[in-house]
Amino acid sequence: MIKQRLLAQKIFFLSFKTAACLNGAALLLIIYFMVSRGWRAISWEFLTQAPKDSMTAGGILPCIVGTTFLCLMTIMVALPIGVSSAIYLNEYARQGTLVRIIRLGINNLAGVPSIVFGLFGLAFFCIVLKMGVSIAAGGLTLGIMTLPVIIGSSEEALKAVPNTYREASLAMGATKWQTIRRVVLPAAFPGIITGSILGLSRAAGETAPIMYTGAVFFTPDLPGSILDEVMALPYHIYVLATAGTNIEATRHLQYGTALVLILLVFGMNLAAIVLRSKMRKKLRI
Amino acid sequence: MESKLKMHTQDLDFFYGDFQALYNISIKFIENQVTALIGPSGCGKSTYLRCLNRMNDLIPGIRVKGEAMLDQKNIYDPSVDVVSLRRRVGMVFQKPNPFPKSIFENIAYGLKVNGIKDRAQITRIVEKSLKQAAIWDEVKDRLNESALGLSGGQQQRLCIARALAVDPDVLLMDEPASALDPIATQKIEELITNLSSRLTIIIVTHNMQQAARVSDRTAFFYMGKLIEVNDTDTLFTKPGLKQTEDYITGRFG
Repeated sequence: MIKQRLLAQKIFFLSFKTAACLNGAALLLIIYFMVSRGWRAISWEFLTQAPKDSMTAGGILPCIVGTTFLCLMTIMVALPIGVSSAIYLNEYARQGTLVRIIRLGINNLAGVPSIVFGLFGLAFFCIVLKMGVSIAAGGLTLGIMTLPVIIGSSEEALKAVPNTYREASLAMGATKWQTIRRVVLPAAFPGIITGSILGLSRAAGETAPIMYTGAVFFTPDLPGSILDEVMALPYHIYVLATAGTNIEATRHLQYGTALVLILLVFGMNLAAIVLRSKMRKKLRI
Repeated sequence: MESKLKMHTQDLDFFYGDFQALYNISIKFIENQVTALIGPSGCGKSTYLRCLNRMNDLIPGIRVKGEAMLDQKNIYDPSVDVVSLRRRVGMVFQKPNPFPKSIFENIAYGLKVNGIKDRAQITRIVEKSLKQAAIWDEVKDRLNESALGLSGGQQQRLCIARALAVDPDVLLMDEPASALDPIATQKIEELITNLSSRLTIIIVTHNMQQAARVSDRTAFFYMGKLIEVNDTDTLFTKPGLKQTEDYITGRFG
């Protein structure tokens, strides 16, 4: 009897462990494929030149620059609005109908498919606000899409700040705003930044929201203003893999571009982790 | 010594929503005296303490009836500015709660939020406050280190220094030594006695000996009601009521 129970435990625990290991295996597999098929495409020229010969040769510099600018625009839109919203919701909003409606909105925003954001961006930013296909329109679209992530992680970070800090500050005659500004936000900052970068790295890899709003098929020129259109890494992969002039001949370029995109995203995640541990050490939390 | 009334409450009722937590509490707090609030857990003594600097305002759905007077002015009067009230009525909490900042910044915080910008003045007050809280000698060489690196007892004295920095008239202490070891507790008690020469102190404590050691007057709470308030010596040697006697001799609570 006891043997049977222990056997059952063994079987279940082993299957849980296997499930957990599958995550790591999936990641390793993805990296393996990208590296093994894409590394030959990576060269100095690949990283510093524009595509040429109908995108069957040359590099992807405009895509790297474009994705970087789109990310900057995204974070400039989403971070202030997201953190402000989280402060309102978590720090001083009276929990009532208004807050419930706002939360419902945020949760639903998180569930909107990314292609819908793309179409919305096209209709609103590009056409109604006359931004055209541009970094501004693409960044705003990605920004709105990233908002729920940033609000969520900011709220978590604010909730993790012990209430005793707030009480101590208020008990000394600080106003609520002084308390938020000087005590709560600094303590929550590492969490906010980490969550935001993770949200941003997700946005960096999105294709659907930018394919009508910010990214174009091909432009060899680097952007001169935020109203210029750009090339972007994920859209470039999509284009090469589905609509190129010679899809098979550009396979290595597709994997090379994907490898660059993955490294970019990993780099951002790594930066988030390093930044967080540095700030934690400084605060000694 | 001439005794001046610093703070008092008259028929103070307190409600969390529909639940009444305090009934008709009337206590007088004499200037530069230590008053201890004692009673079993849940008797309302901490709630009462938090009425005196309106910390309870942070909880939604609370209601206060009756008067709480500071220098003959009702602190629940609509014209009262809660922020400046809390500067005058400081608070030290049960668990040491220094900010995750340097020792210096912890003390300077209260000054900065109250608009003091002069660096020399801040430095002077930081030193003075740390000396008043009897922790200066232990931290003077590490003012720029994190306050979270201090021991629990040091952290609590730092929190007292932090509260003193904004020069309050009244200091509320919510079981300030309950999380500390006996030696750290003794230091806090000595500090309370020293501070009472220039501050009015109201301290909640679970520890009867502590109340007897540090306080001039003691108020005994039970089930949200004030049972008895008197000079500490009288209350502990000749309690007026059987209920008080039972509690202080450890027969319940």
